[in-house]
Amino acid sequence: MRELMLGNKAIARGLYEAGCCVISSYPGTPSTEITEEAAKYPEIYCEWAPNEKVALEVAHGAAVGGKRAACCMKHVGLNVAADPLFTISYQGVEAGLVICVADDPGMFSSQNEQDSRHYAIAAKIPMLEPSDSQEALDFAKEAFRLSEEYHTPILVRTCTRIAHSQSIVTTGERVEVPRKEYVKDPQRVMMTTNSLKAHYRVEERTKAMTAFAETTHLNRMEMGEDTSLGIITSSTSYQYVREVFGEKVSVLKLGLSWPMPVEKIRDFASKVDKVLVIEELEPIIENHCRQIGVEVTGKELIPMVDELTQGRIGQFLGRDPKESVKLEDEIPGRPPVMCAGCPHRGVFYTLHKNKCMVYGDIGCYTLGVMPPLNALDLNVCMGASCSGLHGFNIAGGEAHEKHSVAVIGDSTFAHSGITGIADIAYNGSNSTVIILDNSITGMTGHQQNPTTGKTLRGTPARKIDLEALCKAVGFDRVRVVDPNQLKEMDKVLKEELAAEEPSIIITRRPCVMLKDVQKLPPLKVDLDKCNGCGLCMKIGCPALSLPKGGKVEIDKTQCVGCQVCMQMCHRDALIV
Amino acid sequence: METVNIMIVGVGGQGSLLASKMLGHLLVQQGYDVKVSEVHGMSQRGGSVVTYVRFGDKVYSPIIDKGEADYIVSFELLEAARWIEYLKPTGRVVTNTQKMEPMPVIAGLAKYPENLVEKMQAKGIQVDAMDCLALAEEAGSTKAVNMVLMGRLSKYFPDIPAEAWQASLEANVPAKVLELNKVAFALGQKD
Repeated sequence: MRELMLGNKAIARGLYEAGCCVISSYPGTPSTEITEEAAKYPEIYCEWAPNEKVALEVAHGAAVGGKRAACCMKHVGLNVAADPLFTISYQGVEAGLVICVADDPGMFSSQNEQDSRHYAIAAKIPMLEPSDSQEALDFAKEAFRLSEEYHTPILVRTCTRIAHSQSIVTTGERVEVPRKEYVKDPQRVMMTTNSLKAHYRVEERTKAMTAFAETTHLNRMEMGEDTSLGIITSSTSYQYVREVFGEKVSVLKLGLSWPMPVEKIRDFASKVDKVLVIEELEPIIENHCRQIGVEVTGKELIPMVDELTQGRIGQFLGRDPKESVKLEDEIPGRPPVMCAGCPHRGVFYTLHKNKCMVYGDIGCYTLGVMPPLNALDLNVCMGASCSGLHGFNIAGGEAHEKHSVAVIGDSTFAHSGITGIADIAYNGSNSTVIILDNSITGMTGHQQNPTTGKTLRGTPARKIDLEALCKAVGFDRVRVVDPNQLKEMDKVLKEELAAEEPSIIITRRPCVMLKDVQKLPPLKVDLDKCNGCGLCMKIGCPALSLPKGGKVEIDKTQCVGCQVCMQMCHRDALIV
Repeated sequence: METVNIMIVGVGGQGSLLASKMLGHLLVQQGYDVKVSEVHGMSQRGGSVVTYVRFGDKVYSPIIDKGEADYIVSFELLEAARWIEYLKPTGRVVTNTQKMEPMPVIAGLAKYPENLVEKMQAKGIQVDAMDCLALAEEAGSTKAVNMVLMGRLSKYFPDIPAEAWQASLEANVPAKVLELNKVAFALGQKD
């Protein structure tokens, strides 16, 4: 069937058609929909693992167990999964193992812009890079074939513009692949002599894959009428190159981006007058070309920062920008904000009011940095709030301990926060950690996690008892509070900061966007009582506005009646 | 044919994804090569959102760059102004006149510019502005702003038959709200 399909859905379709039976992943934009779409096929067992390291180990275990398996994550997730990644490369596989990783050039929803191709090189795992949805589907299938033929895990790398773009695909049928019988082999135990042998095998495999790279259709030479310039490119950059240069220019498009061919590139270079490498982020292709003695131009012209577009490429090559119009007015930004009724709002208002140093983490609550709350001090990676706060408090002693907190969501806590609080308890800093328990993985679009009591497919599951866990780790002070009750929130925060031992505050209220969370009718303004003082505006709710010199207005389409603003008003002007 | 570029812009949560889904479906049915690009995740939280829809004989890039859009379909007035640099000077803006204050304006750190429709027109841009929210309410739901805009946009594609628009609407809108969305689409078409 011919249909318009999201890149992520196309990867899921490819995994399905290839006979994939097990997928374990952790959500992360822009990779999340691969696993969600795959879960729509009953033939594939799909799960959300607590984090990417666990997910990859599960997927590898399934491949060891004889079934084709996959694991999907965003680029920073691959950092978390890096430990198993490197040794799984040595282990090799019998049943296919495909690791899908989605980079985020331009950082639409990420904290850094790392290029996952470095991992292919470092872990010596072949990597495929599709440039549209049809290739996403085809390459996912090809990845399983290569995985089994060369006994290696295969990385499939996308970026935001592949993952979240729809283009036309033709789908095929699923092929059932029989389970491979597990046979015990002591060579799989990675210790000295075995590891050494395994490393030799990996080097041999890389040689074989390099030979494959010379001939595979994945690396496509498209010779045009114009041979004055030849462009080597991959992934979405290929589309921009075609957009800028049209069909006359000669292009070598690399679909297998590691290991790269040698002779094919030399051959291409010999057919054109000069070679330009156009690739997003790092100079991976460029460095390879230089290494094999092919003279190219690359990062001298095309920067390493930010995503590419056809317009940017044109600009870097000195073309005139397209004609366009601009208004004189300054257009105010519209940054994303915490939703009206978001349970995090009360927490960040209270932290701001108490002038706390707030060590943030990864999730919707990063938005606590936005004015007027301005509550967040910094963030690093999943789980860093807990361990980072511990270090901060060791450095500053009581002066830090009494005024600083970590904030971490329930899913992030299950992902990487538990080890951080174990360090706080074990090594005894007087730290205060706030677990923002909104009963879901919010920012990536509502995925279940080990604290929610539901599996990926929504079936009932065991759920982490956060209070019991924190106590078991060694915290005697574990408080639970409703973050929408501002007075209570303020009281608990003050008490726990003042306490002489480490504490956990669990702010518990489900994400207001969850379907089964009841929304209350929008609040009203008593115009006789409102004097336009603006106190309620301090909570930064997008449903409230205050025209200059006027009275507060409530956007009926946004307000969910959470009543947090009511608690701010001294004149009872906001009413149910 | 040359590739046609449509940008759908608005505020996260306004329903632009459904509009692009319907448009993509329609254009594939018409036999075009089509690419649709959107950003998920962080930007959905009430932030400025943009979806690119491109169609023609052969479409390469999934995105639209400055000076390339033939149409900007905007769910909110400020968003039309924000993306105006992406429009071809000969392009057209189809916009809802509804204003939604962004957080910097709510927080008193910036001003919502005035008379944006007139200012765009003064730059020689063709602007088709209408109160889509009022029309959506007339149709029965404030959520139907997207179908009002789609109805309006359909007027600029006389080569695509009305039945094809209807078929795509039916294929993409949930059955229980189909009727009101049809009404919203028709209200958008009216002059």
